[in-house]
Amino acid sequence: MDWEIVIGLETHAQLSTQSKMFSGASIAFGAPPNAQACAVDLALPGVLPVPNRAAVERAIRFGLAVGARINRRSVFARKNYFYPDLPKGYQISQYELPIIEGGVLEIPVADGTRLIPLTRAHLEEDAGKSLHEDFHGATGIDLNRAGTPLLEIVSEPELRSADEAVAYARTLHALVRWIDICDGNMQEGSFRCDANVSVRPRGETRLGTRCEIKNLNSFRFLDLAIRHEAARQIELIESGGRVVQETRLYDPDRDETRSMRSKEDAQDYRYFPDPDLPPLWVDEDWMSEVAAAMPELPAACRTRYTGAWGLSVYDAATLTQSRELSTYFEQVMDALGPAAQAKLAANWITGEFAAALNRDGVEVASARIAAPALAGLLQRIIDGTISGKIAKEVFDALWTEGAATPDAADRIIEARGLRQISDSSELEAIIDAIVQANPAQAAEVRAGKEKAFNYFVGQAMKATRGKGNPATINAILHARLMA
Amino acid sequence: MSALHSMSLVETARALAAREVSSVELVGALLGRISALNPSLNAFITVDPETSLRQAAAADQRIARGEAGPLTGVPVAHKDIFMARGWRTTCASRMLAGFVAPYDAQVIERFDAAGAVNMGKLNMDEFAMGSSSESSFFGPVRNPWDLERVPGGSSGGSAAAVAAALVPAATATDTGGSIRQPASLCGVSGLKPTYGLVSRYGMIAYASSLDQAGPIARTAEDLAVLTNLMAGHDPRDATSVARPAEDYRRDLEQGLAGLTIGLPRAYFAEGMSADVRAGVEAAIDTLRRLGARTVEVDLPRMELALPAYYVIAPAEASSNLSRYDGVRYGHRAADYTDLADMYSRTRAEGFGPEVRRRILIGAFVLSHGYYDAYYLQAQRVRRLVAQDFKDAFAHCDLIVGPTSPTVAFPLGAHAADPLQMYLSDIYTIAPNLAGLPAMSIPCGIGAHDLPIGLQLVGNYFAEARMLGVAAAFQRETDWHRRMPAAATA
Repeated sequence: MDWEIVIGLETHAQLSTQSKMFSGASIAFGAPPNAQACAVDLALPGVLPVPNRAAVERAIRFGLAVGARINRRSVFARKNYFYPDLPKGYQISQYELPIIEGGVLEIPVADGTRLIPLTRAHLEEDAGKSLHEDFHGATGIDLNRAGTPLLEIVSEPELRSADEAVAYARTLHALVRWIDICDGNMQEGSFRCDANVSVRPRGETRLGTRCEIKNLNSFRFLDLAIRHEAARQIELIESGGRVVQETRLYDPDRDETRSMRSKEDAQDYRYFPDPDLPPLWVDEDWMSEVAAAMPELPAACRTRYTGAWGLSVYDAATLTQSRELSTYFEQVMDALGPAAQAKLAANWITGEFAAALNRDGVEVASARIAAPALAGLLQRIIDGTISGKIAKEVFDALWTEGAATPDAADRIIEARGLRQISDSSELEAIIDAIVQANPAQAAEVRAGKEKAFNYFVGQAMKATRGKGNPATINAILHARLMA
Repeated sequence: MSALHSMSLVETARALAAREVSSVELVGALLGRISALNPSLNAFITVDPETSLRQAAAADQRIARGEAGPLTGVPVAHKDIFMARGWRTTCASRMLAGFVAPYDAQVIERFDAAGAVNMGKLNMDEFAMGSSSESSFFGPVRNPWDLERVPGGSSGGSAAAVAAALVPAATATDTGGSIRQPASLCGVSGLKPTYGLVSRYGMIAYASSLDQAGPIARTAEDLAVLTNLMAGHDPRDATSVARPAEDYRRDLEQGLAGLTIGLPRAYFAEGMSADVRAGVEAAIDTLRRLGARTVEVDLPRMELALPAYYVIAPAEASSNLSRYDGVRYGHRAADYTDLADMYSRTRAEGFGPEVRRRILIGAFVLSHGYYDAYYLQAQRVRRLVAQDFKDAFAHCDLIVGPTSPTVAFPLGAHAADPLQMYLSDIYTIAPNLAGLPAMSIPCGIGAHDLPIGLQLVGNYFAEARMLGVAAAFQRETDWHRRMPAAATA
């Protein structure tokens, strides 16, 4: 049978605030256990939660970025359950009235893009951590993470493959970083996904029974877990079984998912509005204040790049993978001036520059060549001082030495004598000598063999150690051999 | 100057300011009374004479430097629901029997900053759940008017301590009547301000949407001075109201001319004992004589207030008390097999029967399948009750009636039947549901020579006017000056 996979993702993005969702304690990662847990985080008797305005603002930014409805009034609710790393015995979240509802995320797919509708996004606090090692049979509790602000972003079950789910997660990851609400650090758990996976015969409109796979903290695990889970469900149904609604955990070491708890023993969280917190109001003034501080969104950048600047959809997508890369590109463009050079700049940034970042494993912010320096280099290609090939040599030298200013490339070109030879008389002398030394090949060219022509181009470049202006060399060879 | 211990708070403050008595002398005398009378009253859970006397000495120095405020050196005791740094803070529960507070409640901060002397922590119903102060892990509080009777609750220790003249004033909290009902049963005055007027920061939560701190003292004037200190916005409590400071003494001298008092038919229909009815009706006559006009008002949904309260308060409590799990602080069972066993043993041992009952009720009404029928329905009733008051206040400035249907009842009288105990708050619960300010003042002596209380319910933020009416009544009557034999001893 032909099966369709149906996936919805719930993503927890840790909001990049200074302090916690409802207390003044720091959320910085890596402090000694419980060093960042204040009276509120410890749930001492008598303490009260106070919402963090900065966290609410980040939720509003997200809502604006995905074109969602930002509820003027939303309600914090308590999700009650007992666990040692949940100090109050309840988590403050939003349940019936979240701050954000609806919105869409445009994701790249094989043949273009798809719009994935979002259900909602709500504010909540994280729990602490239970440490089961190093305590000789006992469990240690670290409450540094308790109370950390999270935005839980829920998609509709509109994703149809592991590839789409990964594309969605990557796009979302890029977006939350772009609008500066989450650092996106997946190793530290700042961005993690739960996947709801079900399967159904293609053409069926009702949803199959779903399983939720918890805490997928890399795109690779998300991909593998969905593939595995979908295969498991299909195999189960095809062999006469039935999928049971349950929560499963992905084990990357064994590449399998296994059952955590079934719906039957799902807890009753006894949600109710938190009486310590009045409804959260977002008025027009606050909304416009946040909207005014929003950066241009990646979709708008892409439209500008493919429009006025004439870039391909692919280049535009690559350049808008992160706000840093896009900003870098625009700084290079600003320095170069005319928009006609967008293609050249895009090629270099998505090519040499991205490769160098990858090779060194660094972010744009730590790139060895600053945007003005790259612009300086590209300027020398544009004005014919060096060829594209020589430019790569200069690029490598700049990357090695580190380059910040527009004249950095010039200094390399001068010091190494890489200036392109465009002087016709100089090149004519060199080419004449080559033609005379290779009469047989010259005859082949004259007989119309293209390959032989390229042989002379190569020889000329070799003789000029790559500095000969390729266009001039071409013209001279044409005049000598094909006239 | 009358006997030190029988002075009102304002009189005490005046004597201190005039250096007729030092704070150390005063505090020493009251500590003597506490050590003599508390063994029979059990009003205090914790007394720390050394700390109290040190605070008194500091207050005397402040007075000598001429830097005293209106409450500097004045002795005040606090319900053991307020976190007070360095003081054992138990909420009258085994769960917190050894818990020393590492920080101060906003209320405690305010008294400390004013230079008031903390005389100790007062007994109460466990986690403020009860109407008799019998559910305390530290044993029942006894009524100074009759040691075989309850002082009311949950702030029974606060009311008993003031009635027995162990302190001129005490802090208390009120979720469904816990300031007014014990004030009524002990013959003292108590004010539950508008919800949000006093910060709940550092006040151990029972039912967050209903809990409100307020003072218990002998006179309306004392309550006004204490409200001036306790009220005010606190950014650490998201439900704290931000409004300009006011002087709650401003209407104390104002007469009752032009005042319209609403008498809810429902309050006078049935359920009230004859002695209470006589005392309340006589008080209403006094108010009329002072110039007030009375009108009958309807509070049609009032009979639904009690059942709605016993859904909402336990629901919030079941969640608020989840933090007492034996993991981080407080009681933890000595023996357990696994995590679930640790939780259940810790909580079964740490909480008394009334607290466990309300946690179970609360968990039930919030559970899947019952939430709509109980919790949501109770919230609807709550809105209707508030609407009833709103409609009534279109016709009157103040609502007056009994605080408690009976005078103080004997210890153990309701031990077998919690519902009878709950009915003790039949008149006091509705203002909590609506968030309205309400107070109780002594208005007579009823059966068994026990005090009767008059309840005044005002519109939102009408505390100053209510205190003015109470002060006028107290100028005309001397019920608030009546003291039990224990206090005059």
